[in-house]
Amino acid sequence: MSTKEHVVIIGNGVAGITAARHIRRISDKKITVISAESDYFFSRTALMYVYMGHMKWEHLKPYEDWFWEENNIELKQAYVEKIEVSSKMLFLRGGEKMSYDQLILATGSVPRFLGWDGEELKGVQGLVSKQDLELLEENTRNCKSAVIVGGGLIGVELAEMLHTRKIPVTMLIREKAFWQNVLPIEDAQLISRHIESHGIVLKHETELKKINGTNGRLTSIETSSEEELTCVLLGISVGVKPNIGFLEGSEIETDRGILVDANLQTNLPNVYAIGDCAQHRQPTTGRKDIEAVWYTARMMGETVAQTICGRPFAYKPGHWFNSAKFFDIEYQTYGNVSANPGEAEQHFHWQHKDGEKAITIAFDPATFKFLGINAFGIRMRHEIFHRWLTEERDLEYVLSHLREANFDPEFYDRHEKEIFSSFKKNMINSHT
Amino acid sequence: MSLFGEPPATLSTTQKVATGIGWTGVFILVLALFNLQLPSVFLYSAIGLIGLGVIIFANDLYLGKSAGVKNDGIWFRSMTARGGVAWGTGIILTLFYIVLYWFPQYLGYNPDGANSGLIALFDPLSRLISGHAASQWFVYGTLYTLAILAFGYKFLLKYRHNKYEVLRTWSVMFFQLGFAFLIPEILMRLNQPYFNPVNIWPLNYDLFAGYKLSEFFSGGNIGLLMLFFGIASIFVITPILTYFYGKRWYCSWVCGCGGLAETAGDSYRHLSDKSRATWKFERYIIHTVLVLVVVMTIAVVYSFLNENPDRFWLDKNVFLLGSAAFLVLLFGLIWLFKRHRLAKDAKKGAIISLSIVLAIIAAFYFSGMTYGYLLRQWYGFLIGAAFSGVIGVGFYPIFGNRVWCRFGCPMAAVLGMQQRLFSKFRITTNGGQCISCGNCSTYCEMGIDVRAYAQKGENIVRSSCVGCGICSAVCPRGVLKLENGSLDGRINSDAVLLGNDVDLLDLIQQQKKATRKN
Repeated sequence: MSTKEHVVIIGNGVAGITAARHIRRISDKKITVISAESDYFFSRTALMYVYMGHMKWEHLKPYEDWFWEENNIELKQAYVEKIEVSSKMLFLRGGEKMSYDQLILATGSVPRFLGWDGEELKGVQGLVSKQDLELLEENTRNCKSAVIVGGGLIGVELAEMLHTRKIPVTMLIREKAFWQNVLPIEDAQLISRHIESHGIVLKHETELKKINGTNGRLTSIETSSEEELTCVLLGISVGVKPNIGFLEGSEIETDRGILVDANLQTNLPNVYAIGDCAQHRQPTTGRKDIEAVWYTARMMGETVAQTICGRPFAYKPGHWFNSAKFFDIEYQTYGNVSANPGEAEQHFHWQHKDGEKAITIAFDPATFKFLGINAFGIRMRHEIFHRWLTEERDLEYVLSHLREANFDPEFYDRHEKEIFSSFKKNMINSHT
Repeated sequence: MSLFGEPPATLSTTQKVATGIGWTGVFILVLALFNLQLPSVFLYSAIGLIGLGVIIFANDLYLGKSAGVKNDGIWFRSMTARGGVAWGTGIILTLFYIVLYWFPQYLGYNPDGANSGLIALFDPLSRLISGHAASQWFVYGTLYTLAILAFGYKFLLKYRHNKYEVLRTWSVMFFQLGFAFLIPEILMRLNQPYFNPVNIWPLNYDLFAGYKLSEFFSGGNIGLLMLFFGIASIFVITPILTYFYGKRWYCSWVCGCGGLAETAGDSYRHLSDKSRATWKFERYIIHTVLVLVVVMTIAVVYSFLNENPDRFWLDKNVFLLGSAAFLVLLFGLIWLFKRHRLAKDAKKGAIISLSIVLAIIAAFYFSGMTYGYLLRQWYGFLIGAAFSGVIGVGFYPIFGNRVWCRFGCPMAAVLGMQQRLFSKFRITTNGGQCISCGNCSTYCEMGIDVRAYAQKGENIVRSSCVGCGICSAVCPRGVLKLENGSLDGRINSDAVLLGNDVDLLDLIQQQKKATRKN
């Protein structure tokens, strides 16, 4: 008979595991992490590298297997079918029951399918989970061509993966250029050109209309421009949505995700939600109500751990930052750079003549306050931009001190002088 | 004709042809073993074919593709994923080393007359450079240098987008060709002692051996200069350069072992064991070898002074006392200023090691005997040949490219201590940007779990880090940067990840400090 409080975490992704680790550091509560997907925490961001042969599955695990026992964190591989909040009981598939004192829901995302005709055919899939990766191996075993719907982060990773197996890829992109719902047009165009240079066919301003198949298997698709494309694989990467299907019928309030307050608590005491599956009732200014990003999942895990251990903390993320990689171009962003800037935001864009390096800086045209930066192909120091955003530096300061923020390896070419003179020229031109 | 959708596990036709060309070159060398007395054109063809094979292979693999990370299929291919080809290669390499070190007569080595076999094939080249007939070491040196140059070319192509890797590779190619291969041979031509200026004691365990010291002292001023340079290299130049740049100045830019590891061994760097258990073993074994080489060196110098009692101003017992005093002083300084950097078991290990060495020195002193020659023989056999050569290179395809460097090299142990205790070098992690993908740890040849640091926002300041820069190169999010900076705060075990609420981060940092073990 244990008197220690039992914290149960559903989901062993970065959100749930970060919460578990932090709770363990500051308390000796009993912690159980339940997952249906995998026996151990693995880095979802690296799924693509397993397919490409850069790493093996075991390399994806951030912690060696002894870590969990050594830190007294119990792992349970099971699927939670039902949560009975009144009795604080979880009903697992197979009949087992597990009681909890505090519950953290960290069930992550599932791919979004938009209800296309034929989307349940074999050969149509998204890429989020370990099972999706296994399915992809099966679906691409003898794949003469593939179509990917959706020009975003998962889409470009899928394209890169398939490219390593010499599978011809066509991507249907709703916007004018790649990821242009997030990137300003010049950045998006640079990315589109780079992706195309690898032999990937991009069809901009094109959407998926219909999926055709025979005997339950995909054979071709039809685009919004009335083109029919034969394909053996159709990758769906138009976004993800919170994995909350299993909560249907429970008393936990959901909308598109699990609704949480500032402290990441759901409508019920002792039940919290973090990571991709959470939907903030009142998101921080400028942030989305659902954040499906590795970093924010980790941060929510850090935050909820304190609340669970008796020190309530609101989820108050600092300056926005994110990163990605589009084939060979690394992307980092600090602060806020809007895809379609309004009146209160102006952009300065610089691109290297090789087309593989660029920066876009967003600033307030009235005060010249630095708002944010997109960096492509040039590594930037998080700490420096974080400080500059906190100190509310202006555009000229950032550009003249850009050297300090460089994080490229030693001996790399520097571009700060060129960037600064390009900026000066721009300013002169815009004032004539 | 490959099917679409096949994982990149097989070589292209061009790569297969290139492999064939390379093996043809090797075949010529094997042919020479049968005492066929092949003219020198066969030697140059063999070298040329091996080089050409590697170049064509590399061109097909890396050129014509956009510059960037090139690790596709590494865990699918037999050669790089411990498949049959890898095992075969490893066995052949190991056998070659065994024959080279312990059965050179089968290669045709004849110290009493004309060479035969493979070694005779290399006579023309050896005479060209040094004026002397070849030996098994000349054959080894030539093939070693060829490997570094040819595979260096391959590496340059693979990482042509990364200036750090490019410069570093040119550096090891230069030091191998110029300093490790040509200069010692040219010195022989000039009737000077054989000397490789970049093979530094304790890696070069023979620097103070009796026969070598005799050579230096009968070599006039040049001989003395060599000895002096050898001593200055380890006691003056090394600590200074390691202070400024970390141990990478040697292990990744100069050393021949490192040179082969980074070029020919590049295909195997990901095979290093990343487990905590292996790291614990590593710390013990590498420092044991250091203790052995220190004891052995003191023994041989004592023997040398003992055999030449009136030639030198240094009395053999004064030397013993001086060595003991030096070690005690070194230990004392570290204990005084840096013991907070030593883990509990490291402190214990240091005290025990010092005690053992001092006890042995005392035994030398009171008995007047050191068995210097015998110790040197055994060290040469076990560590110099078996560990460094046979295991060190023979096991590349199975255990990775830095087995010697990580588990055995006493120079690495010394440099590592300097790096961890007082170097400006570190690998900075970029705030909160790490996505825990694991590429860095997978490709770290020294088996460092780089990800463990990056995902905590901690700098990497590890004694085993040779600064190859590959972790930074394969990181897809620009999280790692090798740099030299202030000693203050370089080791930040209680780091927190940028991005969250600053008050929360402060609290987390306090909690980390409070629960810090030892």
